[in-house]
Amino acid sequence: MQDSKRNERTVELHIRRQEKPGAEPRWEIFQLQWRPNLNVIAVLMDIRANPVTADGKATTPPAWDCACLEEVCGACTMIINGVPRQACTALIDKLEQPLRLEPMSKFPVLRDLMVDRSRMFEHLKTVKAWINMDGTHDIGPGPRYSQSLALERYKLSECMTCGCCLEACPQYGPHSKFIGPQAISQVRLFNSHPSGAMSAATRLEAVMGPGGITDCGDAQNCVKVCPKSIPLTESIGVVSQKTTLHAFKKLLWFGS
Amino acid sequence: MAKSHRLIVVGGGLAGLMTTIKACEAGMDVDLFSVVPVKRSHSVCAQGGINGAVNTKGEGDSPWEHFDDTVYGGDFLANQPPAHKMCEAAPGIIYLMDRLGVPFSRTPEGLLDFRRFGGTKHHRTAFAGASTGQQLLYALDEQVRAFEVAGKVRKFEGWEFLGMVKDSDGADAKCCGIVATNCVTMEVRAFRAAAVALATGGPGLIYGKSTNSMINTGFAAAVSYMQGAKYANGEFIQVHPTAIPGEDKLRLMSESARGEGGRVWVPRNGKPWYFLEEMYPAYGNLVPRDIATRAIYKVVYDMGLGVNGKPVVYLDLSHIPAETLRKKLGAILEIYEKFMGVDPTKVPMQVFPAVHYSMGGLWVDYDQMTNVPGLFAVGEVDYSIHCANRLGANSLLSCIYAGIVAGPAMAKWTKKLKTYADDLPASLYESAVKAHSQRIDFVKKMDGPENPFELGRELGEWMTRNVTVVRYNKKLEETDTKIQELIERWFRIGVKDRGEWGNQCVHYTRQLYTMLQLARVITIGALKRNESRGAHYKPDSPERDDANFLKTTIAMYEPPRVPGVGFGRPREAGEHAFSYEPVDVSLIKPRARKYDVDKGASAAAVVQPVASK
Repeated sequence: MQDSKRNERTVELHIRRQEKPGAEPRWEIFQLQWRPNLNVIAVLMDIRANPVTADGKATTPPAWDCACLEEVCGACTMIINGVPRQACTALIDKLEQPLRLEPMSKFPVLRDLMVDRSRMFEHLKTVKAWINMDGTHDIGPGPRYSQSLALERYKLSECMTCGCCLEACPQYGPHSKFIGPQAISQVRLFNSHPSGAMSAATRLEAVMGPGGITDCGDAQNCVKVCPKSIPLTESIGVVSQKTTLHAFKKLLWFGS
Repeated sequence: MAKSHRLIVVGGGLAGLMTTIKACEAGMDVDLFSVVPVKRSHSVCAQGGINGAVNTKGEGDSPWEHFDDTVYGGDFLANQPPAHKMCEAAPGIIYLMDRLGVPFSRTPEGLLDFRRFGGTKHHRTAFAGASTGQQLLYALDEQVRAFEVAGKVRKFEGWEFLGMVKDSDGADAKCCGIVATNCVTMEVRAFRAAAVALATGGPGLIYGKSTNSMINTGFAAAVSYMQGAKYANGEFIQVHPTAIPGEDKLRLMSESARGEGGRVWVPRNGKPWYFLEEMYPAYGNLVPRDIATRAIYKVVYDMGLGVNGKPVVYLDLSHIPAETLRKKLGAILEIYEKFMGVDPTKVPMQVFPAVHYSMGGLWVDYDQMTNVPGLFAVGEVDYSIHCANRLGANSLLSCIYAGIVAGPAMAKWTKKLKTYADDLPASLYESAVKAHSQRIDFVKKMDGPENPFELGRELGEWMTRNVTVVRYNKKLEETDTKIQELIERWFRIGVKDRGEWGNQCVHYTRQLYTMLQLARVITIGALKRNESRGAHYKPDSPERDDANFLKTTIAMYEPPRVPGVGFGRPREAGEHAFSYEPVDVSLIKPRARKYDVDKGASAAAVVQPVASK
């Protein structure tokens, strides 16, 4: 009795579909049988294997990006019930139904739930998010630093370029030049490494111009949606302070 | 302007990125292809760490000891010289990654910290939180981005390799480029290169649900195999003992959980039974993966002791202070909590073995070059180093090491070339593009009753049931017959999506054909190897048989299809021809592999490192 009742449970899903860039978006409704331990990915996989809408019409399998399914690659980011997050960690039993899946709005839609986030990688180029190395040949150990710094850097380095923070940021989008919290936090990450600190100034200068740190409107949405709880607003604070100091120093230097 | 050689690297995980960096440093320009932005490659999933005998814990560790653990753990099927060189290079590789900014965990003195992993008695594994693979990948991704800004690297992200281009139809034909397709626009294009490296990872998706990422189809390796590259030791598939069962995938629970003191148990007579500790007193919970996996199978299936009658066992961390756990295993514990909704610092985790890694792969020489001149393979897609069983935290190492070898080797290879790829006739590339376009058009028009994703699921179920932990010849034969049936049914697939844009259904259907072929290579390889060695275990031939099988399995597709790969039904397609190659065991004499006693006690025949550099 209980079992048969359980089998009647369903999952209702509304997916925003779009065939290609520029095409008119439309909503499609799907209804599936509930199973324990479902996440959004498993539901999308079910639909893919049997692409029929709730009213029985055959449709195409929805397209979405995914790779690791362990929330370490960032690929499956989409808007689920209005919140940007990874589909793999979105557990059906913890979500309100009907579920609403939409592509992120701050990036061009490629198809259905797939978007083009290449702009985020361009931001990483802008802020020179790397250590300037002498070469990969074997030249012995790296610099010593404390465990507490390692922990701080690890937290910042968990950023998987998923785009949640940018989706939530009112200043970020096709309308603006703002590079957003993810890239600014990377400035802090690299400037806190003993070797990275040697080229700290170039990274600070990269966020001092238009589209840089002063474009942050302090809405503090970014930190709320970061799936890795990266202290993004703290990073913005730290980098902001350093840029001010750097500008001041430069002024004095030119003045003298 | 003087002409120059360009290289192509396919795959942007650790191995591909390291190959790219090393090639750039050797003066080459590189075109880097990846189905996903390289930062989303499967290397991110490696959790526990990277091995290197830095010996900072006063344990008398050494690269030789690491090498011995590696070949002993691999049940002596590895060609020893490259495994030895990798272990010698390991401390330098860890130092390099530290220099590049990887936030490795540290000691109170600010030095690198090391943890213990399976199959060793030493603290040899450097780690960054519990997402070491992600952190190593990011460090190399950042360096490649710097080379990209400097104009040395062109990235083609969102492009999938369709096949290599060869410069002739002859037996000595060289690889002179690739054909690739843009996953979104569906454009098919040829790219010229002096040499090509495949760094495309493992074929986990052949098993349906595994710990692998959804991009690990094995397609690139399978296509290259069908175009004439040798595939070696395909039957050696590692099943990781501890994964979290899931509806969409089986998520890895890192070996570091046991390395930090996690204990595996099941309830027996109302009490916890720590069966690994009882069965293998010398190594306990830290026996290598194949040993732990078989023990779990025995306890669950033969003895019926799975937790609540289900195929799961406990992996228990709850006796360790939560503070310590959060610091050392934070990221993986979060994964468990996020997906299972239970706090593993308080309640034991429920885990079960899952397909994890392919020790087998494309055959390569000691320069990482396949038997096809100019085609290289690096990382999980190559067969070298790990052989019958891979030790935990050796994969990140072998990926980086392979790149260190391949980058300069590819640069050196170009010096021998008499022609530039740019001077080869356009017709060569045009006909390759045409062949691949025709194949894709064939798929687009498929209009039968079968669903490709259902076929894939069926393949996965058969492979997981019969070609993993315990193997019987009868079941293997049945599986091979089943795969051939699936190939027949593949021709009756109906592609439900006729879209010309981002058509994932067409991509998957195309991939599935070669996945089925590779599944046969794995299955037939297992059928033919009548012994038990490492991850390959047959109850009907339970002993290792060095007299007959201390050999590398080599599969070749005959005749290879050039330049494209025709779809063929089993009878019309090529044959999978198997042969065996001797293994170079010149450094350490093979001895019995046992983990109930200390390694040295299993035999005294360890050759001293007289010849080591």
